[in-house]
Amino acid sequence: MDTNTASKPLTAKDFKSNVKPVWCPGCGDFGVLSSLTKVFAELKLIPENVAVISGIGCSSRIPAYVNSYGFHGVHGRALPLAIGLKVSRPDLSVIVTGGDGDGFSIGGNHFLHACRRNVDMTYIVMDNQVYGMTKGQASPTTEATWAKGKLTPGGPGINPFNPLVIALASGANYIARCSSGDPNGTAKVLAEAIAHPGFSFVQIMSPCVTYRPEQREWKKTARPSPVEATDDPARAARRLMSDDGLNTGPLYIGSRAPYQPELKASIENLAELEQEFVV
Amino acid sequence: MTTETSKSVSIVLTGSGGSGVMTAGSMLLDAAGRAGYYALMTRSSGPQIRGGEAAAMVRIATHPVESHTDRYDMLMAIDWQNVGRFAAEIPMDEASLMIGDPKGGERPEIIVATGARQAELPMREMAKAIEGGRPNMLVLGAVAKMIGLPDQAVTEVIERNLARKGQEAVDASIACVKAGSKAAAELPSIPQLSASETDSSRWSITGNQAAGLGAVRGGVRFVAAYPITPGTEVLEWLAPALKKVGGVLVQAEDELASVTQIIGGSFGGTPSLTATSGPGLALMMESIGLAVASETPIVVVDVMRGGPSTGIPTKSEQSDLNIAVYGLHGDAPHLVVAPTSLGDCLFTTQWAVHLAESLQTAAIVLSDQALGQSQAIIDRPADVAFLAKREIPAEVGEDFKRYAITASGVSPMPIPGMAGGQYTADGLEHTETGTPSSSDIDHSAQMDKRLRKLTDFNYGDHWADIDGDGETAILTWGSTSGPVSEALDRVRADGGDARLIKIRLLLPVQPEQFAAALEGVKRVLIVEQSHSGQFYRYLRAHYELPDDVQVFAKPGPLPIRPAEIVDRLANWS
Amino acid sequence: MTAQEKPTSGSKTIATIEDLLAHARDMEAEAAERYDDLADQMEVHNNHEVARLFRKLAEIEAKHVAAVEAMGDGLDLPELKPWDHAWENESPEAPESDEVHYLMTPYHVISIALRHEKIAVDFFEGVVANSADPKLRETADRLADEERDHVKLLEEWLTRFPKPDEGWDHDPDPPNLQE
Repeated sequence: MDTNTASKPLTAKDFKSNVKPVWCPGCGDFGVLSSLTKVFAELKLIPENVAVISGIGCSSRIPAYVNSYGFHGVHGRALPLAIGLKVSRPDLSVIVTGGDGDGFSIGGNHFLHACRRNVDMTYIVMDNQVYGMTKGQASPTTEATWAKGKLTPGGPGINPFNPLVIALASGANYIARCSSGDPNGTAKVLAEAIAHPGFSFVQIMSPCVTYRPEQREWKKTARPSPVEATDDPARAARRLMSDDGLNTGPLYIGSRAPYQPELKASIENLAELEQEFVV
Repeated sequence: MTTETSKSVSIVLTGSGGSGVMTAGSMLLDAAGRAGYYALMTRSSGPQIRGGEAAAMVRIATHPVESHTDRYDMLMAIDWQNVGRFAAEIPMDEASLMIGDPKGGERPEIIVATGARQAELPMREMAKAIEGGRPNMLVLGAVAKMIGLPDQAVTEVIERNLARKGQEAVDASIACVKAGSKAAAELPSIPQLSASETDSSRWSITGNQAAGLGAVRGGVRFVAAYPITPGTEVLEWLAPALKKVGGVLVQAEDELASVTQIIGGSFGGTPSLTATSGPGLALMMESIGLAVASETPIVVVDVMRGGPSTGIPTKSEQSDLNIAVYGLHGDAPHLVVAPTSLGDCLFTTQWAVHLAESLQTAAIVLSDQALGQSQAIIDRPADVAFLAKREIPAEVGEDFKRYAITASGVSPMPIPGMAGGQYTADGLEHTETGTPSSSDIDHSAQMDKRLRKLTDFNYGDHWADIDGDGETAILTWGSTSGPVSEALDRVRADGGDARLIKIRLLLPVQPEQFAAALEGVKRVLIVEQSHSGQFYRYLRAHYELPDDVQVFAKPGPLPIRPAEIVDRLANWS
Repeated sequence: MTAQEKPTSGSKTIATIEDLLAHARDMEAEAAERYDDLADQMEVHNNHEVARLFRKLAEIEAKHVAAVEAMGDGLDLPELKPWDHAWENESPEAPESDEVHYLMTPYHVISIALRHEKIAVDFFEGVVANSADPKLRETADRLADEERDHVKLLEEWLTRFPKPDEGWDHDPDPPNLQE
C-alpha cells in the first residue's frame, strides 16, 4: 500500500466519480459505495493507482461510480480479469466487486480458484440473494423456499450456497461478512481486508429493495459476531457450521503468502532466447 | 548397391512402448540441419498417453521444405505394433523400402500391400550387445548412413542432446550409431541425399515454438494458459521464456479465465496473449468480444485441430476459420491472421501483437496442428521491426475521453498509474468517456470508429504472400500453403505456371489488394483443409472471384499432398 | 476487533472541545454529502421536485460545515476515521441509504430530515448530560441549540407539504430488464 499513498489527503468524495448510479433509491449498494470511497480515503490511496474490476449485475456497476481505473467486463469473469491485472501490475491496488449471481453462479469456478491462488486483492460481493438486472430470479444464495423467482415457481428447492464456507475451504486469506446497513462497520472491515496481504473475501449483505424488500430487515437482524476472528481454519469452519448468515465482522484472518511471481528479467538480450533453436 | 541421389528423402520411423522413435527422428532432423540440409518432421501417435505406437515422419532435403511429399522412401520399424493405423499417412510404393526387426512381430498386411521392398535389421539384438545400447540409436545410425548424412553430424547431435544424461549414455549411443551405420552397408539401398549447401545458420524449431518466440519478440510479457492439444506447446515454450525476460505466464483454471486474465493484463499496459485450440477458442469468444468492445488489445493463438467438438485433437484441420471470422456476437471488428508456413508462425504472431496493440483490438492467430506440432530445419527467420506500440496519451486533461472519436478510430489509451486518466473500460456500449449508453448516436459512432481503425490501417504487403504469374491462381492459407507451393514447383518444372496467393490477413478483408493480386487471372483453384469449404465460402462472401472457380476442400486428418494439387490443375473440369 | 466492540461502536465518549467540534464538522459534512447523493438519485429517477429539496438540504448542511469550522477557528480539530466517531453507525444527520424511495414526496424528505435533526439534538444533549466539563457542556449545548433551530424550521416546512395518501409508492409498471 505504501507506494500508493497520496501526498495531499483525499476525501471519500474525491473517490466518487461524476457518474450518477442507476441503482434503485434505497438499494444497499449505495451504502457499499459509500463505505468503499471512505476506505480509499482512509487508506490514503491514489485514484490512478487503484483499479476496481467487476462483471455484470447491479453491483457490478460500481467501477464507473468510483474515481479510479475500472473495468466493467463480462458476466462472471471479474476475478480472472483482476488476477491478470494484479499479477502483471503488482504496484496497483486491485478491488473486485460484484453480486452473488456473478460471483457464485456463472463465476463460481473463478471464485474457487481466486481463493486458492491468493493474489493480493479484495473481492467484495454485494449479496442480495437475487438477480436484479434480469428481473428477480433466484441466485445461488437464495433460500430454497423463496417462491417469487419467475424461473423457480414455488422456490428453487435447492439449498443456498454458503460463500464463506467455500472461501475458507478454497484458501482465501481473509474472510468477512458485513451488512450494507452498517456502512462504517463495513468500511472498517474493508480497510482491514484491503490492507491484508493475499486474497480477501468480503460478503456484504446488501438488500434489494425492489425484488427482496423484506431484506430491509437485515439492518436490524444483522449483528456483530460475538466471536473474534481466528487464524485457525478449523475454528473458522466450526463457527460457520452454526452460522445463521447474520453474523458480521471478520471470520478468518490467515497468513498464507500471496501469489506473486517475480517480474525480473534474467537475460539482457532477447536473442538469447533463440539459442535453443540453433542446430 | 546403387548410388542414386535425390534432393529430397522421406523416412518414417515407427515403434511402440518406449521405443524412442520420436527422439531418434528429432536427432535425425538436427543432424540433417548440422549437415546443411533442411528438414521437416511430423509426429503421429496412438491414443495412449505413454507406450503407444508412434510414427516420426521425416523429410530431409537440399532446399527448404514446408510440406511432406507424396510418398516415403523408407519405413524403419522397431516393432510392428499397430503400425497399420498409420498406413494412410505413410504412402509407399514398390520403390520404397520397409525394414523391421525380425523379432518385431508380424508385418501389417496393409503396409505389405504397398508392394514396398522388404528387409530385416536385428536392431534389438544388436543394441543389446552394447552396454546401455538402445535400438532407436541403432536406427538413427542406420538411417543416417543410408541417406548419406555425415557421421560427424550425428555424433555432434548425440553429444549435445545427451550430454545431460552423462558420458556413459553418450558413449552407448555413439556405439549404437556406429553399429547401425555399419549394418546399413548390408541393407538394400534407398536414394542418398544430394550434396547440401552448407554455411547458413539453421534453426530446429516447431511452429508452436516459433509462435511463442514471435510473441515475445513482439513484446508480449503476460500470458495466461489453459492446456489443450495442439496449442499447449506454445504456452509450454512461453512459460520459462517469459520468466527470463521479466514477464509471467499464469496457468488459469479454464479458458474463460485465461482469455479474461489477458484482458486484465493488457488493461494494465502489458502486451498479453493466450494460446488454445478449437474448443478453447469457442469458450473464449464472449471475452474476445469484450476486448473488441472495450478496445483492449489481446492476441489469441488458435492452433486448429480436427473438429467439431473434441474432434480429432492430434490432427490438423482448417475448420476454425468460420468461428474466428464470424464467431463473435454483435458487430465486432477484429483481426484474424494466419501463418503461411511453420517458420512464418514467428512473423505472423509478432505481427499480430503489433497490430492488436496498434489498433487496440483482439487478434486471432489461426495456426494449425500441422504447423504447430511439426518440427523443421529452417533458415533463421529474419528479424522484423514489428513491436507492440500502443498509443498512450502524453498527458491527460480534465476533459479526457478514453473512447474519443478520432480520425483514425484509435483513441489514446491511458494505463493505470497515469494520473487523470482514470476511466472505466466497458463492454456495454458507451459514450466517448466510457459511460454506458444505449443511444443510437453513441452506438453508431463507436461502431464506426472500431471498424474504421481496422479498415483504414495500412497493412502493407503482409496481407498475403504472392508468388508467380499466369492466368491460373491458387488461393490457399495456413498449412495447406506447403503442399500447394510444392505442387507449383512441379508445375513450373514442367513448364507451366500459376499464381499462388497465400492469405495471411483474413480479417479485415483487403478487397483492393485482392483485386490487384488477381489482375489477369482467368481461373482460380481454392485449396483448404475443411469439409464444408469454409475458406471458399469466406472468399465468395468478401471478394470478387472470376467465373471459373474450382475448390479442393478436404477435411483432416490426412494432409493434402502435392500430387493432389498437381492433379487438380492438370484435370481442370 | 474484540468481541465486545461493535463495528460502529458508539461507546466512545467525547472529552474535549476539539473532539466535539470534529464530530460536529463530520456530522454536517456527511449529511451534506448524503443529501447531494440523494438529490442525484432522485434526478436519475426523474423525481425532480424531491431532488431539488435534497439539493437544498445539501446546501444548508454545507453551510453548517463552514459554521462549525468557524467555531473551531484556532483549534486543532482531529481527523477521525469513519468508524471512530462517538455515534452509532453514520452521522446522525445523514439519512441512511434505505430511507428513500424513487416515488417519495417532499413530505417524506422533510420527515426524514426532521428525524435526523432530532437525532442530532439527542447526540449533543447526550454530550451535555455525560460531561462534567463546563466549557464542553456549553459548546455542546450551543450545537444542540443550532439543531433545535433546524428542528423548528423543518417542523414549519412540514406544514407546507401535506402527507400523501396511502399508495403513494404504487407503480403500475413492472421493473425494467437491464442486462
